[in-house]
Amino acid sequence: MVAEIGFGSLFITLLFSIFGIGAAIYGAQNKNQAWISSAKNAMQLVFPLLTISVISLLYLLVNNHFEVAYVHNVTSTTMPTYLKMTALWGGQAGSLLFWSWLLAAFTSAVTLRKWDRDQDLLPWVIVVNLITLAFFLILNIFYENPFNMIWQEASGGYLFSFNQPLGTRQIFPIEGTGLNPLLRHPGMIIHPPMQYLGFVGFIIPFSFAIATLITRRTDDRWIQLSRGWTLWAWLFLSLGLILGARWAYDVLGWGGYWGWDPVENSAFMPWLSGTAYIHAVLIKEKRGMFKQLTMVLSILTYLLVIFGTFITRSGLLSSVHSFAQSKIGPVFLIFISMTIIISVWLLSSRWNALRSKQVIRSFFSKEGLIIISVVLFLGLLVTVFWGVLFPIISELVIGQKVTVGPPFYERVAAPIFGGLLILMVLCPLAIWTFMSYKNLGKLLWKPFIISLIGVALPLYGGLTKWSALIAFWLVAFVLAVNAFEIAKRIRVRRNTESESWWSSFSRVVKRNRRSLSAMIVHISMVLMALGIVGIEFFQTETQGTLAEGDRLNLAPYSMVYQNLDVFDPQDGRIVARAVVQVEKDGRVVGELYPRKDVYIDSNQPVTVPGVRSTLLDDFYVILVDWKPVTSEGATFKVYHNPLVQWLWIGTYVFVGGVIFATWPEKKKNEVN
Amino acid sequence: MKRDMKTWLGIFILILLIVLSIPVVGYAQGSDPTDDDVNTVAKQLYCPVCENIPLDACGTAACEQWRGIIYDKLKEGWTEDQIKDYFVAQYGDRVLAEPPKQGFNWLVYLVPLLVFTGGGFLLYRGFNRWKESAPTTKEGKEILKKEDPSMDKYIERIENELKKRSEGSK
Repeated sequence: MVAEIGFGSLFITLLFSIFGIGAAIYGAQNKNQAWISSAKNAMQLVFPLLTISVISLLYLLVNNHFEVAYVHNVTSTTMPTYLKMTALWGGQAGSLLFWSWLLAAFTSAVTLRKWDRDQDLLPWVIVVNLITLAFFLILNIFYENPFNMIWQEASGGYLFSFNQPLGTRQIFPIEGTGLNPLLRHPGMIIHPPMQYLGFVGFIIPFSFAIATLITRRTDDRWIQLSRGWTLWAWLFLSLGLILGARWAYDVLGWGGYWGWDPVENSAFMPWLSGTAYIHAVLIKEKRGMFKQLTMVLSILTYLLVIFGTFITRSGLLSSVHSFAQSKIGPVFLIFISMTIIISVWLLSSRWNALRSKQVIRSFFSKEGLIIISVVLFLGLLVTVFWGVLFPIISELVIGQKVTVGPPFYERVAAPIFGGLLILMVLCPLAIWTFMSYKNLGKLLWKPFIISLIGVALPLYGGLTKWSALIAFWLVAFVLAVNAFEIAKRIRVRRNTESESWWSSFSRVVKRNRRSLSAMIVHISMVLMALGIVGIEFFQTETQGTLAEGDRLNLAPYSMVYQNLDVFDPQDGRIVARAVVQVEKDGRVVGELYPRKDVYIDSNQPVTVPGVRSTLLDDFYVILVDWKPVTSEGATFKVYHNPLVQWLWIGTYVFVGGVIFATWPEKKKNEVN
Repeated sequence: MKRDMKTWLGIFILILLIVLSIPVVGYAQGSDPTDDDVNTVAKQLYCPVCENIPLDACGTAACEQWRGIIYDKLKEGWTEDQIKDYFVAQYGDRVLAEPPKQGFNWLVYLVPLLVFTGGGFLLYRGFNRWKESAPTTKEGKEILKKEDPSMDKYIERIENELKKRSEGSK
């Protein structure tokens, strides 16, 4: 009964979406406000309707309804309730429903704003959002239905369908196969919702952009309307990426956080275009330039969201053959092709109307430097896109699949990240419209001198690797420039307004929200860069098989294997937990407990590292899961990861910066 | 002095020998390679079954078997390159972390290069064109200034202040 309610609600949502699309188009064509209002009401209803579907599936998951194929595939009786709930996005059908539900939340929320000034945009915003939603609902209803039951044929084979196929009988398994053990980590529980929120969030700016193109408006209103949505989407997508990195660091057991895996890259690509968009919008708002570029980037980000979802869901990454066999692959391809054709047609037909009058007058002006950063982001985007696509093209053209792995991406990404750090040094000091390199140079020399500490300290510590020294210097330079810039603004304010230091500080913070939040985000980026430099340049590792009491050295650390405990925590796992004593520079600094959890239902092992984290370094110990683990001998792989904590610290600063940027301003400012 | 020269010559020859020996490092036949020796080779290889997971981090039975092969080959005195060639001959180019630079594979390396060259060229042309089309007369500049949304009062004040400061430091 609950499955029927869930599926019925899904189907009704699709009907409402189709009605909303039709009503909005009819209302816009005939300037009939009643039809547009009706479409708006339909769009408001999709979220509560899909909530019924989601609650139904959650009920089935939590209450072990294994007669539902999806529930059978992703849960088992031994799983705790919170994991059964997160199994909602643990498989293809459920995650598509979750995707649609979050999209419906954004879609319904966008109708709640005041549309008085933008009545002409409203119907087309409805159309774009509901078409996207309807597409995902079609996938859920006709191809990946999370409410499908399990049916057994007379021959003994199984069928999965919502309605009973002829000659079959329904079966009611008493146990499920359980959630993939790798997805039971806290990072993986939060990572997909963040990622999806980021993905669906970018659909709102896209809908404003397309509505603007359809209505032939050439003003900046769509950018103002979508600013908050864009920043929140960008925040969520960034968090999704970082949480994914943290999950990889904690669970995958290779001591790293980013493997340039095609699935990671699929989420990274919309982030790159979204970041380029956010930067281009700054120029658009301040100088009225690059209308065409901002429009292209908004559309591109949406397309990359759909493309990323497409290649990870369609089996295309495994091989072209599994794509051809995939149920949803061809449908996705049609949708994405149609979106590209319509978007390109709209853009090309309005291209001349989107030309800007303003021009860049100076290479070193803020807009000049920002546009270089946009080009760098796009360059990296094209490289990543090409790297993801090349194995598929190679398989199609010459019949041989190749791996495009980390060395390819790192060779391109490292100089680009270096270039972006240089721009982070220059941008805060540059001014809009005109700036000569001489003036910029004069503002740079003081922070430059301070930044040399970033070279001197590592040199003093014995570091001689020039590439790492340059990286540390750039990080120090960005920090110094931002600190100088904030201090300068406070001083200027204090001198001109004769205020106290505190008063000047609070006024500067209040009145420069955008530029200060940009500075905070840039500072967070260099903190993350510090972590990346640490692990990329200085990570060391070793592996060895030890008997109890044996020692494994990895300078400046050393570990002693003390004992091993194997126990059953009564939650579907058998845990083998080692105790190792950690010493640093000959002094005992603590104990670590690397584990190997074997999940009984799937017989799949998961290695859980023991990590000693400080601001300076991580000592990361894993029990190698393909070697036997006993008291007589266990194989440990040990990593020394300098500075990696700064990667995670930078995340907190980043979140603070973006929230500061999106925090609603006072009404007075809105009127201004 | 002559003795010094001989010492330096000896050191030079020693360094030369070490440097020349680097590309052909192998393992003396019969010696036992360590786990680290095996992992150094394994992390440069990808098994065709476990997509995108380097061999040193993959826990499947197939990958364990591959590491066993690497161990045996190292013990027989094979070099890293010989071992990689062996796996390529068995399973194709996809076992390598990136495509070998030959034939159709050149495309994967050339496209980013072309993109960055093209992007750089477009930027260069754009900056030149923008510079040329910028108004040169005082009236033209004033008109643009009025249209320019960057010229709000507060920012203008800060920018003037910054200009004064930079002029003052001349």
